[in-house]
Amino acid sequence: MAGSHNRVLPGLGLTLGFSILYLSLLVLIPLSGLFVKAASLSAEEFVAAIASPRALAAYRLSFGASLVAAGVNAVFGLVVAWVLTRYRFPGKGLIDALVDLPFALPTAVAGITLTMLLAKNGWVGQWLEPLGIQAAYTPLGVTIALTFIGLPFVVRTVQPVLEDLEAEAEEAAASLGAGRAQTFRRVLFPALWPALVTGAALAFARALGEYGSVVFISGNMPLQTEIVPLLIVTKLEQYDYAGATAIAAVMLVSSFVILLGINALQGLGRRRFAGAGSAP
Amino acid sequence: MTTATVTTLEHAPAPSVRAALVDPPLVRGGLIAIALGFLASFLLLPLAAVFYEALAGGLGLYWASITDPMARSAIWLTLVVAGISVPVNAVFGIAAAWAIARFEFPGKSVLVTLIDLPFAVSPVISGLIFILLFGAQGFFGPWLAEHGIRIIFAIPGIVIATTFITFPFVARELIPLMQEQGAEEEEAAISLGASGWQMFRRVTLPKIRFGLLYGVVLLNARAMGEFGAVSVVSGHIRGQTNTLPLHVEILYNEYQGTAAFAVASLLALLALATLAAKHLLEWQIRRTNRP
Repeated sequence: MAGSHNRVLPGLGLTLGFSILYLSLLVLIPLSGLFVKAASLSAEEFVAAIASPRALAAYRLSFGASLVAAGVNAVFGLVVAWVLTRYRFPGKGLIDALVDLPFALPTAVAGITLTMLLAKNGWVGQWLEPLGIQAAYTPLGVTIALTFIGLPFVVRTVQPVLEDLEAEAEEAAASLGAGRAQTFRRVLFPALWPALVTGAALAFARALGEYGSVVFISGNMPLQTEIVPLLIVTKLEQYDYAGATAIAAVMLVSSFVILLGINALQGLGRRRFAGAGSAP
Repeated sequence: MTTATVTTLEHAPAPSVRAALVDPPLVRGGLIAIALGFLASFLLLPLAAVFYEALAGGLGLYWASITDPMARSAIWLTLVVAGISVPVNAVFGIAAAWAIARFEFPGKSVLVTLIDLPFAVSPVISGLIFILLFGAQGFFGPWLAEHGIRIIFAIPGIVIATTFITFPFVARELIPLMQEQGAEEEEAAISLGASGWQMFRRVTLPKIRFGLLYGVVLLNARAMGEFGAVSVVSGHIRGQTNTLPLHVEILYNEYQGTAAFAVASLLALLALATLAAKHLLEWQIRRTNRP
């Protein structure tokens, strides 16, 4: 809304020109290079690279583990956001600040730490071992690392929506005789779900591309615990640039599709929210 | 807060309505326990483990690990990389936010979406695209080789990949902030005869300083901690192209666990400092922007 009238302010040409130039040089041209390279492969080469049994196993693990991690984060993230916005308890501010740790902690540090904790003789692993659960170097370990990485997303998308939610709707539901559970299901949840799904989708997208925190804990066994980003790195190390590019193109297109979906969802969330807010 | 209490007191809802508005104590306690348990096991436990393992060999070994020549060169390279990526992306962020928040032009929403693009790209792919451009078999590979310029498996590649990864941070903080703040003060400055540069330095920069700092803090943390993209383009040449996260990886893979965690603890401290700065700045931004 600001600035459509701006004939007064200077600098549009300079700032916009610089932004577009820099964006093109650093982001757009390099990214299109990947698609140019992928397009230079013959159809057989491309299909052989993206549909090899090893690649298929990697997609299955990456998409599967990311989906489970996003689901875990949706459930626990909602609880954390609820507790942080609705209740008061000592240490709340500190905990609120700590939620962003996975954004701030370098992924390699997270990777070696989780591996150490979950290894057979680790702090957590030694308790899992007698139960017959092996976490390090298994898909379970991959899922745990991806859960860690995606933890802040759901909390941080749901939290502001919970904070802005008008108390009137809840009060109205309550005074009309709805119980607490019913109020949550019929009043709160419909307002929350776009943010919840957005957060989970962001966590999912982040998990799909994640490398540093997973590479240590996965054990990197082809066909078993090899995620897609690791497969790309392996291909690069073998100088199989064509194969790496083809798989990267598949992943990039998946990420863009998810991103578009998230944008659509956010639009939906805003509309709902705006509608609720404009009601007198 | 006070007004809210007063209103609730004035029309205190009937007991049954209150019951439907407030979670029963059992639910409340249970949810707090679940949330704290989840955060303790996923956040506090790993954080404690980093420092415990780092100091497991005693302070002497800790100090030796972080002052070892390889560690020192990794610290230096990490500072150099962040020292280039952070200012370059900050300047871009300010420029993009100025154009987007202050003017209308066709394709604006496309530009906003494109700025976020690097966040949707896997770190590994972010490294790969620059290998395809500048690697030995890349588009510019032969030309670079002819002129004796090394980008991949050298410091320029690390800088470029890191700059790509951290591209959106400042812009995405400043765009909503500047949109919210509006342009009245800047318009006043210009109509009172200030030059564009004067307006920027005296009016815009003070207005956005906390938001800018907020973006820079997050950008810096990512620039110093990036692993995947840097790992792909660095070539892991010890003492030359190893950043701190790559040094952690090498130590860990050589079974020097304590040394790896000692170096990792530096990065964990950086993360904690980042969280503290982020929290303080959020509080400042809320305070300054409140009318």
